[in-house]
Amino acid sequence: MQIDFEHRITAHCENGVASNLLRNKGLDISEPMVFGIGSGLFYVYLPFLKVNHAPGLSYRPAPGWIFNRLAKRLGIKIKRQKFSNPEKAQRVLDENLRNNIPSGLQVGVYHLPYFPEDYRFHFNAHNLVVYGKEGNEYLISDPTMETVHRLTEPELEKVRFAKGVLAPKGHIYYPIYIPQQIDWEKAITKAIKKTCNDMLAPVPIVGVKGMRMVSRAIRKWPTKVGVKKANYYLAQLVRMQEEIGTGGGGFRYIYSAFLQEAGKKINRPALLEMSDEMTKIGDLWRDFAVEASRVYKKRSNQTDVYNKLADDLLHLADLEEEFFKKLKKVI
Amino acid sequence: MKKSEVPQDKGRVSEKGSRELYYAVDDNGEYTTALSTGWEAKNIVQDHTMQEIQERIDQAQEDVKAGVVSPIVYFMELRRMDWQIVSDYTGMWKWRIKRHAKPMVFAKLNDKVLQRYADTFEITIEELKNYRGEECK
Repeated sequence: MQIDFEHRITAHCENGVASNLLRNKGLDISEPMVFGIGSGLFYVYLPFLKVNHAPGLSYRPAPGWIFNRLAKRLGIKIKRQKFSNPEKAQRVLDENLRNNIPSGLQVGVYHLPYFPEDYRFHFNAHNLVVYGKEGNEYLISDPTMETVHRLTEPELEKVRFAKGVLAPKGHIYYPIYIPQQIDWEKAITKAIKKTCNDMLAPVPIVGVKGMRMVSRAIRKWPTKVGVKKANYYLAQLVRMQEEIGTGGGGFRYIYSAFLQEAGKKINRPALLEMSDEMTKIGDLWRDFAVEASRVYKKRSNQTDVYNKLADDLLHLADLEEEFFKKLKKVI
Repeated sequence: MKKSEVPQDKGRVSEKGSRELYYAVDDNGEYTTALSTGWEAKNIVQDHTMQEIQERIDQAQEDVKAGVVSPIVYFMELRRMDWQIVSDYTGMWKWRIKRHAKPMVFAKLNDKVLQRYADTFEITIEELKNYRGEECK
């Protein structure tokens, strides 16, 4: 049993699942539009939450929010369900497949067999689509992968019921209603305003203020926790920033692509200019990652390197503050 | 980033035969997509992370050998878990697991409790009970 479903690789999993599911339902929407209208660009520092033995950092809102915000702004309705019973979770999925409904799932990546060993951590906010079943094997469209994959019933159950932070609890979701008419202009302006407000939020751990707080922390790491631990923290920071589709440079480019597409769609040339600016900021995020990776090559002057990184991040925060203030005015 | 600058280093995703998607601008300044086989900067931080994880595993292995901790600590590190994740998988309180991490307490655990750990670490009770600090997968 296989549903007619087109697998497309995207940069980020949640955008990808949303975009692929909506395309399947006849709404042609690109990944950048999903990301932009879902206000996916974010920054939050959670020093009290240790993830993989390092301070927590997220470059996106909580899992599910991008799709939820997108749905709200476009008038789409999504059905979501979580389960305490794995058998029931499987029954609901099988029933969906019988009814030709490709279904989005939240899963943990630790037990995903097609993931490279280096990426298999206890990270539970990954997303994929199940679009069919043959025998006891599910047909999987994982938007971060170039091709489709298969998972057996026990394999899928394991990733759906992974434990730890943000445990998916069998979370299944799929669009059930798409409106005939969509007010793109309203959706786009609302979404951009939300992202501006998020990034400029008067909260010390969020947006540009969060970036400045991380900058202050980075500066202190080598003396406060020692060079070894500091190097490990930094590696985690860069991993969160640039790993498969998430984070710094990658997200800035998706957002630039969104501003460009949105600017053309609702005829606002100002957004095209903003897109160019964001692309340049994205380049600087990538320079930051390259600079950070140098820490592991040369052993001397560790504090200098950390000071330089702290300065770079501070500079990025200044640029983004200016950028989002301007964007808010333009929109 | 320009489309021509999308990195094509040998990355981790390419090991499993996949590539990553990037958004980049073409010569006319229009956004388009390109596939990347990987990026050296990412490999470096990734390698460093794997190295640190291996050190934690090696340390746990030595501690079990020296009789300082029970095999639970070793398998926890081997499976890239922490106390909280072991607690979530076994359904036991963290303080109880930390108590079980003491060799003396661990030696007295019954099979029912051991089975919960074995399931969490995806091994058999025997493998868990008989682990003495040797190299293992």
